[in-house]
Amino acid sequence: MLLEFPWLSLVIWLPIVGGIVAIASGEQNVELTKRIGLVYAVLTFVVSLVLWFGFDATTAEMQFVERSAWLPALGVEYHLGIDGISMPLILLTTFIGIFVIIAGWDVITHRPSHYMAAFLIMEGIMVGVFSALDAILFYFFWEAMLIPMFIIIGVWGGPNRVYATIKFFLYTFFGSVFMLVALIYLYFQTGSFDILGFHAAPLGLTAQILIFIAFLLAFAVKVPMFPVHTWLPDAHVEAPTGGSVILAAIMLKIGGYGFLRFSLPITPDASATLDWLIIAMSLIAVIYIGLVALVQQDMKKLIAYSSIAHMGFVTLGFFIIFAIFQRAETAGAVMGIEGGMVQMISHGFISGALFLCVGVLYDRMHTREISAYGGVINRMPWFGAFVVFFAMANAGLPGTSGFVGELMVILAAFQADFWFAFLAATTLVLAAAFTLWLVKRVIFGEVGNEQVAKLEDLNRRETLNLGVLAAATLAIGLWPKPLIQVMEPTIVHLVQQVQVSKLPTVDAVDTVPVAGLQP
Amino acid sequence: MTTLTPSLTSSMIAILPELVILVTACTVLIADLYTRDDQKQSNHNLTIIGLVLALMAVGVVGGSVPTEAFSQSFIRDPMSDLLKGAILVVSLLTFIYAKDYMRDREMWVGEYHVLLLFAVLGMLIMVSANGFLTLYLGLELLSLCLYALVAFDRDSKQGAEAAMKYFVLGALGSGMLLYGISMLYGASGGFAFADVAAAVANDGVNDKILVFGLVFALIGIAFKFGAVPFHMWLPDVYQGAPTPIVLFLSSAPKIAAFAMAARILIEALGGLQSDWGDILVILSVLSLALGNVVAIAQTNIKRMLAYSTISHVGFIFLGLLAGSEQGYASAMFYSVVYALMSAGAFGVLLMISSKGQDVQELDDLKGLSDRAPWLAAMMALMMFSMAGVPPMVGFVAKLLVLEAIIAQGMVWLAIVAVAFSIIGAFYYLRVVKLIYFDKPTNEVPVTTNASARVAITVNGAAILLLGMYPATLFTLCQQAFPS
Repeated sequence: MLLEFPWLSLVIWLPIVGGIVAIASGEQNVELTKRIGLVYAVLTFVVSLVLWFGFDATTAEMQFVERSAWLPALGVEYHLGIDGISMPLILLTTFIGIFVIIAGWDVITHRPSHYMAAFLIMEGIMVGVFSALDAILFYFFWEAMLIPMFIIIGVWGGPNRVYATIKFFLYTFFGSVFMLVALIYLYFQTGSFDILGFHAAPLGLTAQILIFIAFLLAFAVKVPMFPVHTWLPDAHVEAPTGGSVILAAIMLKIGGYGFLRFSLPITPDASATLDWLIIAMSLIAVIYIGLVALVQQDMKKLIAYSSIAHMGFVTLGFFIIFAIFQRAETAGAVMGIEGGMVQMISHGFISGALFLCVGVLYDRMHTREISAYGGVINRMPWFGAFVVFFAMANAGLPGTSGFVGELMVILAAFQADFWFAFLAATTLVLAAAFTLWLVKRVIFGEVGNEQVAKLEDLNRRETLNLGVLAAATLAIGLWPKPLIQVMEPTIVHLVQQVQVSKLPTVDAVDTVPVAGLQP
Repeated sequence: MTTLTPSLTSSMIAILPELVILVTACTVLIADLYTRDDQKQSNHNLTIIGLVLALMAVGVVGGSVPTEAFSQSFIRDPMSDLLKGAILVVSLLTFIYAKDYMRDREMWVGEYHVLLLFAVLGMLIMVSANGFLTLYLGLELLSLCLYALVAFDRDSKQGAEAAMKYFVLGALGSGMLLYGISMLYGASGGFAFADVAAAVANDGVNDKILVFGLVFALIGIAFKFGAVPFHMWLPDVYQGAPTPIVLFLSSAPKIAAFAMAARILIEALGGLQSDWGDILVILSVLSLALGNVVAIAQTNIKRMLAYSTISHVGFIFLGLLAGSEQGYASAMFYSVVYALMSAGAFGVLLMISSKGQDVQELDDLKGLSDRAPWLAAMMALMMFSMAGVPPMVGFVAKLLVLEAIIAQGMVWLAIVAVAFSIIGAFYYLRVVKLIYFDKPTNEVPVTTNASARVAITVNGAAILLLGMYPATLFTLCQQAFPS
């Protein structure tokens, strides 16, 4: 009974219905609208807990599967299901969903009902992305996500919001349409849009490489990876606090999720052939973007660049596995992907919290310039404590969730190649440098100016927000085992899948590259 | 497939929808003489009733078994049923949207209703043509009404210029088509599509003459669609004609043009698919490229939508050139969906045009969400749909077309199409940007009548719901092209 109920559909459609209710409630009664938004967000999170507790962590099979015909003429189905990769990300989405609603509580005065609606609808769509098992359904949610985000940045954003939002939309749209062509091509190879069917389809190397590149365009833009990352700092800077949180905490994860769900299992041989490209892009992100973050004058921009660097870590963890295979170390490969996953979840908490912190300051001072602050801790001790904590977590301090993922990826990288590990580990230095320097300039020191002197410490709403996120960061940092256990069977299965070549046996003999081939 | 060869009575039954429209048009023509100027509402009511009755007639006489009538010059089949239904629905929307605009400008006269009704009649005949002669009759009935309608605002210089251009180029297009038909007739000895198809299948017939005829017929089709390089008339006509006429011109006739293309290319010249397929590749790539790129440079929204039409025509041609049942069905789906989107977009433009001031420039849309939130949302819906963003139906239409051409191994063409869609997304987004992110320059409140509000809501809901449940409409389209 418990498992037969369409829980996934409920988690997807409940917030969307909530969004429609919020719009319908109109602008007359702002308090009511906000309550509606919060109730639906909390309700969605509560329902999504069913997914966690009802989840069977001993199998890599899809669970909570729902399947019904949608566009039978094309073999498109309404097919949902979750495994150990998507389930934690769905929970992250519904969890963060509550905080973005609260983040806009007092700040949003322009059309609050639309604000609540945009975020709720966005939340439902993102859960849809993580749970879709039909390629067209996936694409449906994937693209639909752009509309509320476009409006969130464009309506409630900063002064340069129109430029930022159109750039955001076109970049992501550009990335994804080629994925659509690849998905349709795969349909004709397998006869359905079933993603799991794609996983099993044999493909020649040329086709795989082209599909891989189409996927890469879509996911690299979303992650975002160097050199297609330039939309992110603009979008972050202009977006309202809630929008930044959603962007950093969840939307970027969708790119990483795409690599795990599409690129690796569908095109394993192409991934093995082109792994150097991803690894190079990831390392550039870690080092170069880390350096870029160091010189930022705007707090949000700094955190945005830090996000790119951290996501570089994630993609590194996903793609070093091929180098590890060459040394016949499957366990290391599992650790690399797990590390990437943990890093994604942890980055969701930490970057979300950091953006909330910037939001707290921005709401009071209406500037994000680092130089406008100084000595904030003298006026806001609680706030200062939180910022220091999250900054440490961002720099990968042991005991916080940031450490777990980074350590796992670095350990895995050692098994691949010493130099990968060496370069990746520079992030520990760079991240420490840019976050701690940020803390030093904003939080510590003498009170910088009169405006800072008038600051007031966190109110209850803000304390609650940051406190819960701090607890989550600590929990995963100190006891990551439940999270890793949930993912383990799925990731082991994924690694096995990736090790099996999908090339047709005839040309497997002569055209296959060295990397990634095990019996 | 069995076909009934009927008597006169059953012929009359088969053309019931056309008869209803004809009777309505004549009734309005006469009734108009006997009503005072302040009672013109009756014309409107009669027209609406006639269209609804015709729609019901389509449902009554429709069915999966094709019926031929009048010595095989007329056919009623699943394709004609669906397309007629779509044409009538879109025409109904046109009349409802246009009412206030035309009345405010004192153009809400009997002739307007009669001309539009005859144009609808022409389209219905085109859709049901079973031979070149009937097709041409329907096409000319439609075109002549449209020429007059474009010049309907007698005081507008631009309107007169547009009508002149439209007339000259339209006549040229018709001439090309007629010339092509004469070649096909010469080669096959018959006007019926079946005769031409038989001649194509017959090895004894001179292929050169057939292909020669095909090229001219295809140019005629491209003219009527407005595909590049036969698109020159389109932006000028869209800009110059009164907006309600553009609304009509950009929606229903595209469905009829699709019927014309389907009848000529598929039914009559299906055997020459490899020849016309190649020509369509060029036409569609050029249309996609020019339509999407030039639209960016426009400041006049009607002109922008004209170039957007051109790019959508490129997509319809993509579906046709796939040459498979799936492709034809997807092109048909696209035409119907495009007509709905276009009707919605122009419908909003009409409703926000106030008494003294037409909405012409993109800047007139600034801050629309503050002035009329619901209309703004509908416009945004149409724009996202045209850009092909899910969950709107525009995405499904593009998906079906892409799927059809990739099935034929033309992946590169799909990549070209999506690449230009990205460029296209920009100017649709710009409209949404103006509506939502900019401050209004015009504070005049928007007044709309209830029926128009209902119509635009239904139109918007259709775009959204068809996007989420496209299966029914697409199955109907597939039934039109049984394999």
